[in-house]
Amino acid sequence: MSAAAGAGIGATFEVEHASRSSRIGGAIFAIAFVALVAAPGFAGRDDLRLLSEIFSYIVLASLWNLLAGYAGLVSVGQQAYVGLGGYVLFAATILAGVPPLIAVPLAGIAGALLALPVAGLMFRLRGHYFAIGTWVVAEVFRLLASQLSALGGGSGISLPAGIVISMAATRQWREFLIYWVSLALLVAVLGGIVLLLRSRYGLALTAIRDNEIAARSNGVDVWRVKLAIYVAAALGTSMMGALIFLQKLRISPDTAFSVNDWTAFVIFITVIGGIGRVEGPIIGTLVFFILRRTLADLGSLYLLMLGAVAIAVMLFAPKGIWGFVAGRFGWQLLPLERRLRFAADTRTK
Amino acid sequence: MPEPLLELRALDAYYEDFQALFGISLEVAAGEVIAVIGANGAGKSTLLNSIAGAMPSRPDAIVFEGRPIGDLPAHAVVAQGIALVPEGRRLFPSLTVEENLLIGAQLRRPGPWNLVRVYELFPALAERRRMGATALSGGQQQMAAIGRALMSNPKLLLCDEISLGLAPIVVRDLYARLPSIVAEGSAVVVVEQDIVQALKAAKRVCCLQEGRVALTGLSTALTREAISAAYFGT
Amino acid sequence: MQWLNVIIQGVLVGGLYAVFAAGLALIFGVMRLVNIAHGDLIVLAAYLALVATETLGINPLTAILVVVPVMGAVGYGLQRGLLNRTLGDDLLPPLLVTFGLSIIIQNGLLELFTADSRRLAAGAIEVESFPLIEGISIGVLPLLQFAAAVTVIGGLQVLFYRTALGRAFRATSDDPAVAQLMGLDNRHVFALAMAISLCVVAVAGVLLAIRTNFDPAIGPARLIFGFEAVIIGGLGSMWGTFAGGIILGVAQAIGAQINPGWQVLAGHIAFLIILALRPEGLFPKVQG
Repeated sequence: MSAAAGAGIGATFEVEHASRSSRIGGAIFAIAFVALVAAPGFAGRDDLRLLSEIFSYIVLASLWNLLAGYAGLVSVGQQAYVGLGGYVLFAATILAGVPPLIAVPLAGIAGALLALPVAGLMFRLRGHYFAIGTWVVAEVFRLLASQLSALGGGSGISLPAGIVISMAATRQWREFLIYWVSLALLVAVLGGIVLLLRSRYGLALTAIRDNEIAARSNGVDVWRVKLAIYVAAALGTSMMGALIFLQKLRISPDTAFSVNDWTAFVIFITVIGGIGRVEGPIIGTLVFFILRRTLADLGSLYLLMLGAVAIAVMLFAPKGIWGFVAGRFGWQLLPLERRLRFAADTRTK
Repeated sequence: MPEPLLELRALDAYYEDFQALFGISLEVAAGEVIAVIGANGAGKSTLLNSIAGAMPSRPDAIVFEGRPIGDLPAHAVVAQGIALVPEGRRLFPSLTVEENLLIGAQLRRPGPWNLVRVYELFPALAERRRMGATALSGGQQQMAAIGRALMSNPKLLLCDEISLGLAPIVVRDLYARLPSIVAEGSAVVVVEQDIVQALKAAKRVCCLQEGRVALTGLSTALTREAISAAYFGT
Repeated sequence: MQWLNVIIQGVLVGGLYAVFAAGLALIFGVMRLVNIAHGDLIVLAAYLALVATETLGINPLTAILVVVPVMGAVGYGLQRGLLNRTLGDDLLPPLLVTFGLSIIIQNGLLELFTADSRRLAAGAIEVESFPLIEGISIGVLPLLQFAAAVTVIGGLQVLFYRTALGRAFRATSDDPAVAQLMGLDNRHVFALAMAISLCVVAVAGVLLAIRTNFDPAIGPARLIFGFEAVIIGGLGSMWGTFAGGIILGVAQAIGAQINPGWQVLAGHIAFLIILALRPEGLFPKVQG
């Protein structure tokens, strides 16, 4: 990829993004993608569900990472959009007869639209207070949802059989369909994030992450960038929420807006995997699911341990697993570096 | 010869990778007034901050009353008897004048300085004791900052550019009080941009240039040319 | 007349919210830290009071004398041992560490005490009330709790503005670097601030335990109420925070009167309205 040449400065240059490790990483992703697309051919039903769950956490964590690790917006209330997405899907399908898979992007749009006034209010709060404010907003959504008797009020509602059946000819194909859509959303979100970070917008984001005041004085419209990121995250999170509850076939205010499921786990994944790096949430999700497989029987002790691990990581390895690895070895799995290559420079990395 | 009160032995100072001081060696005797002069960026404030413990140093790089204090944190250095009047005053805005002074006395070190004595030295402060610290004029704020440092009964007072932003007549007024402070038993190190004032107030002068000692000597003995050469490094 | 009763009940509950808020505001004022585990620590104090009354056989109000010093010590240790390390320019570490702490406390309490709802019995005083004017009576216990809230806030005000420790708090809050240069050990000052915050939390916890049923999961809601009270009242003023708590309590009471399911929501809406119209709060203290 090349960027604007340094016209008038006398030297022309290109901006390089890839490196040897990212070429390897790219290859890994390509192979993984092919395998995942083909998975319904050889994987069992439970495995497909597990994979969908893994995809959903990578998406949620990647979006949270974009907000917190890049835009400096630490939200403890993204469950608002997960639940909103779910409820918009259920409302659109049950009350307005919209086909479920059409309702998914609809949920995303609803989330993005709602994110505008929410941001208008929340951006009046700074730092820690912003975090708790987002939590309040999520609670408001939850309380409002429990007032919606048409959607089951406080106890929630199941997706009617008719709608479920309308999705595909057999149950198997329905599950395949949802799986592929989840995979598609994962690729779209990750791809979108990579493209964003490689663009000028991404450069602005990295500047904001590193030093907001310096970024502002260099002409970055910090407020506008943060708003755009917040809305984009809401869009992605709402769509994911719609898919999650389409898969679960049932929604209730407590599950839709659960802090534990949609924020605590997401935060732990991102912290342990590595904040501020795109690879972090991916690594973190894998670690999280391995831990869950081995430890989930412990119930609340498991959560307790997660909390302790997150604290330990924050204190002793604040850049997380991937941050440590990338710092030590200079690896990147995705081509996101920026290196200037001048025309006269014959070095290669 | 009596042991010096403060001894700097090859003191270095770093801001991350940037080295600001290179092997500074200096002695201050009890009751002495020394001026440290130099151009902007020469390292004068860094020197005072290092002595005050705001920046880390080797333990034996700073020896006070025979004890190595280079690695002590700032609050422990105050307990040893060294007080800093920071550059730009930096009074506490949420506190009144009197409360600012009382903060200085937090450690209750024994000595002649207390509220009464400070108000005697700076009557303008007594009149304004209940006012918010930021409501004072520049000169009065400087008095308050000096008073605050004195309240800890230091054996060594470090003054970082007390003339900064003040009218000459105010600066002269401040320096006129210096002898009273010395008379009560403190040695003083003044960092000054105003060379004339520095030479008048101090017995000895030390000129820093790009983090190194370029010249030391009695203020009466140094010539204009020598100082100029040391200051600008020509 | 009924509405007057509603308002009075709201005011009395508001005092409790003010106490939730006071501990939060203190910490934020001194060290710019928002303790996400604040609400869970209130619940922890409630359980401590439960244990104290059951093992020592004492009255809940006496239990305050036990719980307060214990929580104070916990606060000192927590700050000195853990939270001091998270302070700095980056806002993520303290936020994430206190969030992790919140999860740990909630689940720890869940393991120890199960999810069953508990309550502290305060005896006959619970149901006593006296008539105020025609048709309105005030419970003795809520009134006592309100009085306790006023005492706590007033005590904090005195602490901050009339004592050497309060001076140290305000100086360290203004300029931590210069405070060090004046001989204040920041690690110690911050730890004392947290200790006092948790003493306040202890009082809040005991009052909560007597007033309502509690279980390990209700912490976050208390954090949110405290936070809303701080924002409504405005940063920088203890009595402003107190007013914020009262307003929140009244908003909730009015909401509950219209529809019981709307109690908490009404409070959130009041908070959002204030945030929209007057983000600096109703009684902010302007920094000099």
